[in-house]
Amino acid sequence: MNLVTETFSGFLSLLTGLRITIKEFFSPVITTQYPHQTLPIPKRFRGHIELKWNEETGKPNCTSCNICAKACPSDCIVLDGIKPAGEKTKTVTTYHLNYTLCSLCSLCVEACPFDAIQHSNRYNLASVPNQWNDMDLVQRYKDQVIRVGKTPYDPYAPAAVPAPAAAPVVATPAVQPAQ
Amino acid sequence: MIARTLELITFLLTHEPYRSLIYLLCICGFVAANAAYLVWVERKGAGRFQRRPGPTESGPWGLLQPPADGIKLLSKQVMAPPGSDKILFWAAPLMVIAPPLVCLAAIPFGDTILARNINIGLLLVFSFGSINVMALMLGGWASRNKFAIISSARVVSQNVAYEIPMLLVVITMIMVTGTMNLQEVIIQQAGGFWNWNILRGIWDFSGGGWGHIGGNLLAPITFLIFYTCMLAETNRAPFDMAEAESELVAGAFTEYGGMGFGVFFMAEYANIVVGCALATLLFLGGWQSPIGTLPASWGIIGTLVGVGFFFAKMYFLIFSVVWIRWTFPRTQFYGLLNLSWKILIPISLFTLLLTSVLLKLPRLF
Repeated sequence: MNLVTETFSGFLSLLTGLRITIKEFFSPVITTQYPHQTLPIPKRFRGHIELKWNEETGKPNCTSCNICAKACPSDCIVLDGIKPAGEKTKTVTTYHLNYTLCSLCSLCVEACPFDAIQHSNRYNLASVPNQWNDMDLVQRYKDQVIRVGKTPYDPYAPAAVPAPAAAPVVATPAVQPAQ
Repeated sequence: MIARTLELITFLLTHEPYRSLIYLLCICGFVAANAAYLVWVERKGAGRFQRRPGPTESGPWGLLQPPADGIKLLSKQVMAPPGSDKILFWAAPLMVIAPPLVCLAAIPFGDTILARNINIGLLLVFSFGSINVMALMLGGWASRNKFAIISSARVVSQNVAYEIPMLLVVITMIMVTGTMNLQEVIIQQAGGFWNWNILRGIWDFSGGGWGHIGGNLLAPITFLIFYTCMLAETNRAPFDMAEAESELVAGAFTEYGGMGFGVFFMAEYANIVVGCALATLLFLGGWQSPIGTLPASWGIIGTLVGVGFFFAKMYFLIFSVVWIRWTFPRTQFYGLLNLSWKILIPISLFTLLLTSVLLKLPRLF
């Protein structure tokens, strides 16, 4: 008798399972088709670091003070800067990140006194070997500025004449002097 | 021109050597197309049951996925493991794909769509259907791999255990129908879904009037047993001990690669087609319409509608096979054997007994 009731209740539970799966079958798909669709990346996502720049002037905030490089426990930041003619502070000219050493600890971002670096939201970096052990962040800054339709700041440009209000040109794309 | 073509087709379909050849080609094509596209159905179904879209990249709705898989499998090197029995190793895939082709020759798809009207069609289907076990065993044994041998031993014990209740159920159905000719079995079920064997066993309207008690009171349970055994015979989840993916390497066909493996894969789906077609025509009225009878005056149109009904029923059963696979986890081996020996065989024996008593009793109702 026990076997009969057990068989019967077991069969009913099988039907319950089938009912649940067929309900899921007719429900909409909940996955994201990754290469075609992407999910929004959270703002606090820690990608590799990138240079921030002044939204109005397009000039990088970085003054090449080297505090980030000193804060980095992995020694993966190398940067340099010059003092452009007519300016009071230095500006970054080269900023190299060895991303293969970086552990995304965010100490550089915290140490920066000028709010000049932030984490990017690039999560799908693919590379050939050794591509990312020398990331040129100044080049990335220039690309980003051009992408939003502005002119990247050129620290090697001759001193800009204090611009009249009628022509708010930030910086003229000058030919870079041979280094 | 069209009249000439039709005349030619009629001539070919009514004269013997051509007719058989055409049917042979059609059955081969049918099996190949089903084997290929049931894989697509399986993957699409698996996706939908888990709320994923399934294959989408190759072709619209991933419809070119089966040809892509086929090309990939064909382009692989064909190799047998060293020290294996080469003849048996390569005979096994052939032995596993040939029986479903033979079985389909005896299965009527419509009232005139039938390769061979064989009087012992049911017997033919079951005798050829059993070769599948032997082929899997040979494949496992010939590949000189201990895991393949262990798993083919499991296949044999599973298939033997489930052959018994399946054949008992089929004997019950033969007693009710009184024939092994599959076309006659279907013709007996004419006139609406209440005349199908799954319900006719309970209450038989075929005598006219209010009808009388049928020959097999447990006919729906008989159908369930047949269906369960069909799942186990074709090594489908939740009884897929032959190829327990993620547990065994690939069961009995561990050592097969490329199209050798592909043929086993195709044969699994071909066997599902045969099993579901059998369940359809034994229990669900084959090509009979669920409401009333198809009028004879419809001619070829009626035949095609009947084929449509047959395929609708058969593909619903095939869909339910996929549905079951993606619902239930795999049983354990002792659970599998317990289910057969302790539940299915007693019930089917009891059904057999009940049917034989009911058929011999004078009709009281």
